[in-house]
Amino acid sequence: MNTLVLLKMVPDVVEELEVAADGKSLDTSFLRTIINERDDHALEQALLLKERHGGKVTVVALDAPDIDDTLFAAMAKGADRAVKITDVPEGLTTQTAAKLCAQALAGLLPADLILTGVQALDDLDGLSAAIVAHQLGLPYIGVVTGVTADGPTATVIKEFAGGVRGEFAVTLPAVLGVQAAEKPPRYVPVAKVRAMMKTQKIETVPVAGDVGAATIEVRQLAKPVVSSHAEMLEGSPEEAAAKLVERLAQRGLI
Amino acid sequence: MASNIWVLAETWRGQITETTLELLTLGRELAGQTGGPLEAVLLGDKSLAAPLGAADNVLCAANVAPTPEAVAAALAQLVRERQPQAVLVPWTNLSMDAGALAAAQLNAPFVNGCKDLKSDGGMIVAQCVVYGGKLEAAVAATTAPALFGVLPGSRPAAAAGNAPTVTEVAVSVPEARVKFNRYLEPETGDVDITQKEVLVAVGRGIQQQDNLELAESLAAALGGAVCGSRPVIDQGWLPLSRQVGKSGMSVKPKLYLMLGISGAPEHVEGMKNAQLIVAINTDANAPIFNVAHLGINADLFDVVPALTEKIRAVKGGA
Repeated sequence: MNTLVLLKMVPDVVEELEVAADGKSLDTSFLRTIINERDDHALEQALLLKERHGGKVTVVALDAPDIDDTLFAAMAKGADRAVKITDVPEGLTTQTAAKLCAQALAGLLPADLILTGVQALDDLDGLSAAIVAHQLGLPYIGVVTGVTADGPTATVIKEFAGGVRGEFAVTLPAVLGVQAAEKPPRYVPVAKVRAMMKTQKIETVPVAGDVGAATIEVRQLAKPVVSSHAEMLEGSPEEAAAKLVERLAQRGLI
Repeated sequence: MASNIWVLAETWRGQITETTLELLTLGRELAGQTGGPLEAVLLGDKSLAAPLGAADNVLCAANVAPTPEAVAAALAQLVRERQPQAVLVPWTNLSMDAGALAAAQLNAPFVNGCKDLKSDGGMIVAQCVVYGGKLEAAVAATTAPALFGVLPGSRPAAAAGNAPTVTEVAVSVPEARVKFNRYLEPETGDVDITQKEVLVAVGRGIQQQDNLELAESLAAALGGAVCGSRPVIDQGWLPLSRQVGKSGMSVKPKLYLMLGISGAPEHVEGMKNAQLIVAINTDANAPIFNVAHLGINADLFDVVPALTEKIRAVKGGA
């Protein structure tokens, strides 16, 4: 079971996000980026499959600030190989970025599975996994929370709503958009990541070709204009708690 | 290029979904701006078409399996043949795959997470929720036909009105490489959170599993149950049966008290109809404060013990 895992960096939304002077993009001067959480789950699912069935896991990513740390961390977790796509043009959308990734992934085939997060916080134009699947002519399904490989097909669990899931038989090779791995993503100590940096190499491949123009244009990026805001209960935690208890009592909730 | 506005009718276990009817309301507004008719695309049996009367026409193809691949192939084929200006697709776990695949096949834009759409100078511009609800983007589709993934709750559901006009259309669907086997029903947990009047919801801000005790104590004092947002379920700290949001349950309790939940749209979708929403969060700019009725901008680890104690005191004295 050989798996390619496509990873990408996204802004850490725990931090404050500022809009740049152009009013259309993020101010990147103090931007902290982290691995897309769903991609982290995709990596975990790949590692779980490797533990169960053997094979190799290769992580692939477009060049971005801090991407090396993320790729070394993936190797420290158990990925066998890391490939970084370099000479990445500016102004990519989800669609054009996914097409670039598909070109690089094509050079890394054959593989049984290509896994990536079902979506990312900054996706505006489609879903990467679906675009990659189409570009490579492979089957696709997304919102995946479990994978069992059974020879030429995989049994894949997809989430719907209301806690209902669906079981699908997917012909391999295939591209899956992962919502959550079967287990929480594993933790890796920083020391192990540092050791990887000393002993392992990240391979690089330049972007292969043209992916065409973007089919969307961002005209404005801004904080949401809100029609309502919570009434804030002020004071020390003790005082705020007392105010809340009063409100709950007024409504007969306690 | 026609000015037709299409809505992909989403069917779930033999019924048209509420989100489809919401998209028909939004689609009708948009069709008013583009001057085109509003059409629903039903990839299923025409007996399901009755609720789609708000559309001027229903394009119906019956031979399509309920898999993203089949729905996408059929939708892409119809779009190629008939060239609508815009296709509104429910931005749900059920339909987002098909929309994304169809757009990839058409090399068309698929604008994600739209809460509003309008026609502006011949282009359709979407208001999109990004970065977990922290920002919104106005995004124009620069080519047509374009697909738009529209969030549930964008508009009220359209009334069915008269029986719709149904046009049966033929599509050829490729051999299936993704086959549906069966539904897996939710495991019946210890608690049915959809039936609880009081819910204490925990998010990423709870930090670790041991801290769930704080929420459990608070829920016990309030006579409610604990539920959670996606990160808490992904960590395995609460079972799937306790998840609120897009993939989980939709709840409407009398009180929904949120601890350390930022308010990503996927979560808000499942709880926005609660009668009283209270959020406790350290981030004063967390989007959840735009949804909650009452807010406390503080560390939950400071507030919750005091809150639990005071509730116990009130109840004990009653």
